[in-house]
Amino acid sequence: MASSYKDEDGHISVKKPENTAFKQQRLPAWQPVLTAGTVLPAFFIIGLIFIPIGIGLYVTSNNIKEFEIDYTGLDPSSPCFNCSQNFSWNSTKPCTCSIPFYLEQPYESNVFMYYGLSNFYQNHRRYVKSRDDSQLNGNEESLRKPSKECEPYARHDNRPIAPCGAIANSMFNDTLELFYSDPNGTKTQIPLTATGIAWWTDKHVKFRNPGGNNDNLTAAFQGTTKPINWRRPAYELDSDPENNGFINEDFIVWMRTAALPTFRKLYRIIQRRNTMVPTLPRGNYTLEVVYNYPVRSFDGRKRMIFSTISWMGGKNPFLGIAYITVGSVCFLLGVILLFIHHKYDNRNNNPDISSN
Amino acid sequence: TDRRTFCLFLVPCPALQCVGEENCVDSRTVYISHKEPPPGTEAFIQQRFPDNRIVSSKYTFWNFIPKNMFEQFRRVANFYFLVIFLVQLIIDTPTSPITSGLPLFFVITVTAIKQGYEDWLRHKADNTINQCPVHVVQHGRKVREQSHKLRVGDVVLVEENEIFPCDLILLSSSRDDGTCFVTTASLDGESSHKTYYAVQDTKAYKTEEEVSSIHATIECEQPQPDLYKFVGRINIYMNNEPVARYCPNFNWPVIVLPSAVAIYTGMETKMALNYQSKSQKRSAVEKSMNAYLVVYLCILISKAIINTALKYLWQADPNRDEPWYNERTEAERQRAFTDFLAFMVLFNYIIPVSMYVTVEMQKFLGSYFIMWDDEMFDEELQEGAVVNTSDLNEELGQVEYVFTDKTGTLTENNMEFIECCVDGHVMPGSDSIDMIDTSPGPGARVSLASEREELFFRALCLCHTVQVKEEETVDGIKHGIHQGKSSSFYISSSPDEVALVEGMKRLGFTYLRQKDGHMEIINRDDEVERFEVLEVLTFDSVRRRMSIIVRSNTGSELYLFCKGADSSIFPRVISGKVDQVKARVEHNAVEGLRTLCVAYRPLSPEQYQQVSHLLSGAKLALQDRDKQLAEAYDRIERDLILLGATAVEDRLQEKAADTIESLHKAGMKVWVLTGDKMETAAATCYASKLFRRSTQILELTTKRTEEQSLHDVLFDLSRTVLRHYGGMTRDASLSDDCTDFGLIIDGATLSSVMRPNQQGSSSGNYKELFLDICRNCSAVLCCRMAPLQKAQIVKMIKASEEHPITLAIGDGANDVSMILEAHVGIGIMGKEGRQAVRNSDYAIPKFKHLKKMLLVHGHYYYIRVSELVQYFFYKNVVFIFPQFLYQFFCGFSQQPLYDTAYLTLYNISFTSLPILLYSLIEQHINTDILKKDPSLYKDIAKNSLLRWPSFIYWTVLGVYDAIVMFFGAYFLFDNTTFTSNGQMFGNWTFGTLVFTVLVFTVTFKLALDTHYWTWINHFVIWGSLLFFVVFSLLWGGIIWPFLNYQRMYYVFMQMLSSGPAWLSIILLITACLLPDVVKKVIWRALWPTTTERIQVGSDLNGQI
Repeated sequence: MASSYKDEDGHISVKKPENTAFKQQRLPAWQPVLTAGTVLPAFFIIGLIFIPIGIGLYVTSNNIKEFEIDYTGLDPSSPCFNCSQNFSWNSTKPCTCSIPFYLEQPYESNVFMYYGLSNFYQNHRRYVKSRDDSQLNGNEESLRKPSKECEPYARHDNRPIAPCGAIANSMFNDTLELFYSDPNGTKTQIPLTATGIAWWTDKHVKFRNPGGNNDNLTAAFQGTTKPINWRRPAYELDSDPENNGFINEDFIVWMRTAALPTFRKLYRIIQRRNTMVPTLPRGNYTLEVVYNYPVRSFDGRKRMIFSTISWMGGKNPFLGIAYITVGSVCFLLGVILLFIHHKYDNRNNNPDISSN
Repeated sequence: TDRRTFCLFLVPCPALQCVGEENCVDSRTVYISHKEPPPGTEAFIQQRFPDNRIVSSKYTFWNFIPKNMFEQFRRVANFYFLVIFLVQLIIDTPTSPITSGLPLFFVITVTAIKQGYEDWLRHKADNTINQCPVHVVQHGRKVREQSHKLRVGDVVLVEENEIFPCDLILLSSSRDDGTCFVTTASLDGESSHKTYYAVQDTKAYKTEEEVSSIHATIECEQPQPDLYKFVGRINIYMNNEPVARYCPNFNWPVIVLPSAVAIYTGMETKMALNYQSKSQKRSAVEKSMNAYLVVYLCILISKAIINTALKYLWQADPNRDEPWYNERTEAERQRAFTDFLAFMVLFNYIIPVSMYVTVEMQKFLGSYFIMWDDEMFDEELQEGAVVNTSDLNEELGQVEYVFTDKTGTLTENNMEFIECCVDGHVMPGSDSIDMIDTSPGPGARVSLASEREELFFRALCLCHTVQVKEEETVDGIKHGIHQGKSSSFYISSSPDEVALVEGMKRLGFTYLRQKDGHMEIINRDDEVERFEVLEVLTFDSVRRRMSIIVRSNTGSELYLFCKGADSSIFPRVISGKVDQVKARVEHNAVEGLRTLCVAYRPLSPEQYQQVSHLLSGAKLALQDRDKQLAEAYDRIERDLILLGATAVEDRLQEKAADTIESLHKAGMKVWVLTGDKMETAAATCYASKLFRRSTQILELTTKRTEEQSLHDVLFDLSRTVLRHYGGMTRDASLSDDCTDFGLIIDGATLSSVMRPNQQGSSSGNYKELFLDICRNCSAVLCCRMAPLQKAQIVKMIKASEEHPITLAIGDGANDVSMILEAHVGIGIMGKEGRQAVRNSDYAIPKFKHLKKMLLVHGHYYYIRVSELVQYFFYKNVVFIFPQFLYQFFCGFSQQPLYDTAYLTLYNISFTSLPILLYSLIEQHINTDILKKDPSLYKDIAKNSLLRWPSFIYWTVLGVYDAIVMFFGAYFLFDNTTFTSNGQMFGNWTFGTLVFTVLVFTVTFKLALDTHYWTWINHFVIWGSLLFFVVFSLLWGGIIWPFLNYQRMYYVFMQMLSSGPAWLSIILLITACLLPDVVKKVIWRALWPTTTERIQVGSDLNGQI
């Protein structure tokens, strides 16, 4: 308002607008219109591409071999029944059970061994945030003073817990061992590789032991205490210094919280040693379990899974089926649109409207 | 040198000073030069007045932050987000307060910076004004003062071409006659010069010394905003005795030149009072948006309630609530019942802060396209369209009723004198005939000229308010050069008068000037005749006439000349050739000419005494002066003798007819509201194609209601209309052209239709009946309308049951009320000042620009804004619904699906620019086609893109997309791996996958909706997707030292290293977009709208 005081001739001084394409809203433009005619080819093309992809995915998925054993031991006939019933955090003597099983097909390539848990809410908010990433990254200060996100698993007996938090505290601690029974009766333990199961970046960047390259992990963890539910402190997780402490791969795998309450995590890899012999030949096997991990209280289940892996991962027919479905739907829609296009679009293309 | 001064001025006022307190005074006394009145006359009460400081700024340096924050958080949306933010701070919530704090902070800061900057500009402008020097007379000397130090009662010296610092009363002028010329362009936009007269008794005080010897007080009313009204009284004392009481009689309160006294200062000036903000108009889109918001708020609350209830149900089992691996802390156990709030926080993104910002930006930036529009720029006026408010851009696309003024809006308001009819003889005024007439020589003419005729010409030469502007003195450099000698031209606020005076000049009588209270004219014999002006009875729109009382210098006869609308003259005429003149007037009116009648009344000295007594009595009244004046005028202007009539042509504006036709085709109903008489207006309506030959005219006029009762006429008409209407539906013939109805109604009849409870209950029916009739008429002409009636009509239509969107367009001050009343008010930059422009929402130079304004800009903005609104809700449903679904799989623990950074940036960066750009430059159809085919406008009528069905469609689409994304990812993650090295992904990868699909889907959805792909669209759409990818790579690529979690570390890259993740992203995007594409294509094929047909048509043409 004040400015109009000064406005001597009473005109709002507007310069003639510039005649630029932008200001006049006349920028050159591509003006696509979605019509049955233009969309039709796209639908057919999508159909033609998706259906083969889907079939490929489906076949690949079907070719993947997967074998699963539930060893929770809820059923009295199960070998692990006793262990599941008599569980106590305080027991010093580990409870073991062995489950025999028979593989009907040989597993030719590398076999990936998973453990699976059900009804375990690793994605619960309270649980997800209950960790201290900077402690896990080797930060000395966080080691001594865990973040309050770790509560109520931050301190024990007035000493900081390392690693702190609910996730670390509840780390899966069953031990699974696999034995092959020769047809002639000898039991051979199958070697399991415990490395290569965690993301490379996690192992080498995100998770770092305190004290840097200090060989003496025990000293680095001095002044901290182990998580309450752990049987061993973090620096005794493995004898291999490259797989001990926070960079223990079992630990790293566990720390990557699963998206859904039923999940599996990579436990071990059975490397193919000899190109001539299948990794796991057909035959009788025994799974020996050191049963430490209680799931009965929350109606959970524990499983052990063998799986081969293709370029598209484990067995999952979903993607293939979804591709086939979407592809077929597109194809079908293409046909319908072709019909509509034929029947109606011609009518519309002779507009009886005044625009001509 | 001539010290004539032209000043701009302004006056203003304050208004509500009395708030029921005891010092409530309804008038103020101003002591000139602050001199106390002589003792005994009156109590000297020094009232306190504000100083002349202009404060247009809202804030000071100190109160900016608190005041601005307060203002901003008074907005419901901002308050809502503040509450969410506070809740996040207080309770343990799933997302960090940053996610809502950052956008809110951003929005608040940007707004504060913008407002702060604007306020800083205002401060600067205020300072310039407040510090500009003013000359004040103090103790007989001229003193320079800063403007803001001026006090009420100071005597101010204003020189030529200076601007008035405040409202002033003119005491004296350097001109002998005590006049000065003033333009009021910055007040009401009239740039013509108005003459102001100094107070009679002070005009002799010329020098500073003399002026400061004036001893007087002025009593006047407290400031009030009416620009045209000032009532006051000056008491002059000489030797301590009151000598004279004089009431200025001008309409303008304020005066000037060399010396004047300050009356109203600072924020009490009439100008300041007039800038009080207008009431806010809200667009239909905004209303829909608010309705949707309520729906979404309900959705939000019910989501939170459902989840809270399910959560309690679920965790009734203590092993689920607190399994051994996941115990609560003590604090968490005690902090119960915050779950509902936590869910609210988790889902609050469904109502995004950014929507408000984007809508505001869209409106603000979008309005520039209107201002930039080349086609709406008028070369002659050197002005383009003006946007006074950008809130209503989209409303321009929704107009159903157009109310237009006639004069100056439909017509040029460029008057040309066509003919006059003197005593029944018609004299053409055009040049060609004039030439022929001149040939016989002046002598022959004089012989023809009867006494009446000369009187008629004199009347027209005298009875007007035209001023003569002599070019060389006014603006010698600019205009004087091209003509050797001084020439002059006429200026007046009424173009009719100029046309008449110029017409008289062609017929031999030239108005020379007004000097010393005398008007001089040159008659046909080149003799100068002088008339002393005794009284001027100014024009007003109620009386619709003006009069002047003059004394001839030669004969000293006294005459009253009166000029006015025929309806206001004929009833007052007692003799003259009434019938012939009446016939000619009607003939001319039918031709569309504007007619005026001229009459006179000789006055005897005694009669004049009476008249002047009456007038001065009325003028001296402090209260009800207007009313008393009107009564006096009424008593004076009677017993007239008819002289003749004039006809002036007001040509239709260029393309007015074309514009009206387009508006009709676009489904709008056009009403012409004019003060003109019926015949003239009807002729204009025919010329402008408002009525066509086929139009059946229904008349609802005083003439008819005199014959029949209003009741009968109304029922008659409605029967006619309804019969036709009924027949139409039976035939199911839809051609609009077969017969349509036009209604003509005049002001008097209208007021009886609208008059409440004349006969109790039946009155309501009249209004209903009338509305019914109007609804079925494609065009309505309301003539003889008073300004307020115009607003009443608009209000009536607005309030009718369909609640149509109305637009009022006009150019004059008499249109302001309807411009303010209508949903959209448009001002025309006409010749009648700038009041309409200033009060309008948009202003355009010419009526023809309305076409582009509505059909192109309005249409675009509507399409753009509605897509913007729908899309915003859609993208947030897709965003938040997966979070809702995820709660079912994470034990209702409020675990967010997406990372904090994604939650925060989704609306402010990943998906904000494409839709903003779309809403600025989308053109679903080319401008030219929109102009060529106005019927396209019907496609968007009645808020069609924002009705509930389409809102539900978008929401359902959003929910569908969300379900596809969520369960797509769910089945992909379901208990298996999808990497080629057997490693597993966690919950953050799950969220990132969903989020990636989400960002791509909503962006592609917008791309599919875009019909106008300029390079900017490509840049922004692909650019924002690229930005998302780059951001994600960066965000996950580094261990961020300032974060206390590293959950996203390498998550995005690991995901991209997996083939099935790519495949599923492609699949899910396709599956999400599929239904929308199919729906579009099928609808277009089976039930195409006109718009869609044209799109296809133009597409084909383009290909050919």
